[in-house]
Amino acid sequence: MDIFLQQIINGLTLGSVYAVVALGYTMVYGIIQLINFAHGEVVMIGAMVAFSVITALAGTALPPVLIVLAGVLAAVPVCMLVGYAMERIAYRPLRGAPRLAPLITAIGISIILQHVALLVWSRNPLAFPQIIPLVSFDVGGAIITGVQIAIILTSVLMMVGLTLMVYRTKLGIAMRATSQNPQIAGLMGIDIDRIIAFTFIVGAALGAVAGVMVGTYYGVAHYTMGSLLGLKAFSAAVLGGIGNLAGAMLGGILLGIVEALGAGYIGDLTNNVFGSNYQDVFAFLVLIAVLVFRPSGLLGERVGDRA
Amino acid sequence: MNLLELTHLEVAYGGIKAVKGIDLGVPKGELVCLIGANGAGKTTTLKAIAGMLPVAPEAIRYNGAPIGGTRPFELVRRGLALVPEGRGVFGQLTVEENLAMGAYVRSDAAAVKADLARAYSLFPRLAERRSQSAGTLSGGEQQMLAIGRALMSRPKLLLLDEPSMGLAPLMVQKIFETILAVAKEGVTILLVEQNARLALEVSSRGYVMETGLITLSGPACDLLVDPKVRAAYLGEAD
Repeated sequence: MDIFLQQIINGLTLGSVYAVVALGYTMVYGIIQLINFAHGEVVMIGAMVAFSVITALAGTALPPVLIVLAGVLAAVPVCMLVGYAMERIAYRPLRGAPRLAPLITAIGISIILQHVALLVWSRNPLAFPQIIPLVSFDVGGAIITGVQIAIILTSVLMMVGLTLMVYRTKLGIAMRATSQNPQIAGLMGIDIDRIIAFTFIVGAALGAVAGVMVGTYYGVAHYTMGSLLGLKAFSAAVLGGIGNLAGAMLGGILLGIVEALGAGYIGDLTNNVFGSNYQDVFAFLVLIAVLVFRPSGLLGERVGDRA
Repeated sequence: MNLLELTHLEVAYGGIKAVKGIDLGVPKGELVCLIGANGAGKTTTLKAIAGMLPVAPEAIRYNGAPIGGTRPFELVRRGLALVPEGRGVFGQLTVEENLAMGAYVRSDAAAVKADLARAYSLFPRLAERRSQSAGTLSGGEQQMLAIGRALMSRPKLLLLDEPSMGLAPLMVQKIFETILAVAKEGVTILLVEQNARLALEVSSRGYVMETGLITLSGPACDLLVDPKVRAAYLGEAD
């Protein structure tokens, strides 16, 4: 088996999930310069809701694909509602406040959501029923599973869809206008409160799908799963250049690959002093390196030509 | 009938009153200018009318209805458009996207398309640069874009804040020709300008503002020959 190719495939899978989650961070940051630390918890809620639905339907005669789809269809609206509610209740009243206030609020929301999930779904790791038959394909000595293909394809579809929405529709142009200059956007007749709420809702919908993908990929969901995943996706957004959509996608994919390669080779490189359980370190090494050497990220936001 | 009527308008920033109770009327279909020195409160007045600053509702009447403090995006729907000081184009959006944002409140796609064509015929330079990002345009082109964008909402009342600021004389002339053309089409305009002569020459009425108060008003042709205006704003000794 080719370890390099295998880790690239694993990294692409993980990376496309990071990319989708990173989009949620970067969109919100782009429009109100807030790092919504509760976004990881939205992803977790998505996984949890999907777990409940998939578990409930697992015994039925429905085909597995439809069961997973039902999980997605349930998770998305729940997460959209959570995203909308947090903007409306927690962030909107703080719109004019110093930046530290909404940031601390975000951390508060994240703790609240974790504990709500703990109350609803218990403190134990929840194992997804194994309903999807393991299909795998051999590519050049490495193995890619059906779930991996589905995750990569779904992520790519969502990224393409989001890009088209942001660059081709009137609503998307209004989002970009609002992110550049909300006051002037208001003078165009754009209701910026609605645009901001919409941004949260779209980010949450993407997060919900990401949550289902992570849950089905690892086969487990837990009320704390959002924090590490969220931090990594945030690192990915920073790596690509926070506020930049293409940057979040690129950053996510790169981070996934770095992490997978790191996990694959760290044993060999350190003479087995460190094992692949050190995988999580890589995301944060990348984050630190970016913050030190290129704080604006790979595709850093071009602040210079703001109107 | 006055399309816009200010009655004892007061605007304060924090504790400081920038506009100290002014009365001003803009008759329907006319071009009225508000002139005065830097810091007189002209921009503040325009911002208040456009809903960007909190004021008493009754202090501003538009089409007979009190609108003071109404949020900007609602006023746009009611036909009021502001071209802000410093133009305020969206630098990272293309010229065409900027114009599309001007028509954000409209849903009549066919008419919007026609207006887009009209904006391009008004400003052929913008047509050449339609897919260029607005941040790469020259100051004059950005001013054209800002005006064209405001027109895309089909305003009944157009507020222009210092359209000549920082532009070369030739460009200023071009911009003012356009303003006159727009006025001829029946759009009511309130023009704020530091270039008093130019403003009075195109307007039917003028108001002179000094440190938050209207000190003089009347038909523009009278103001042009008024000795006080000539001394203070037209750079002529009496």
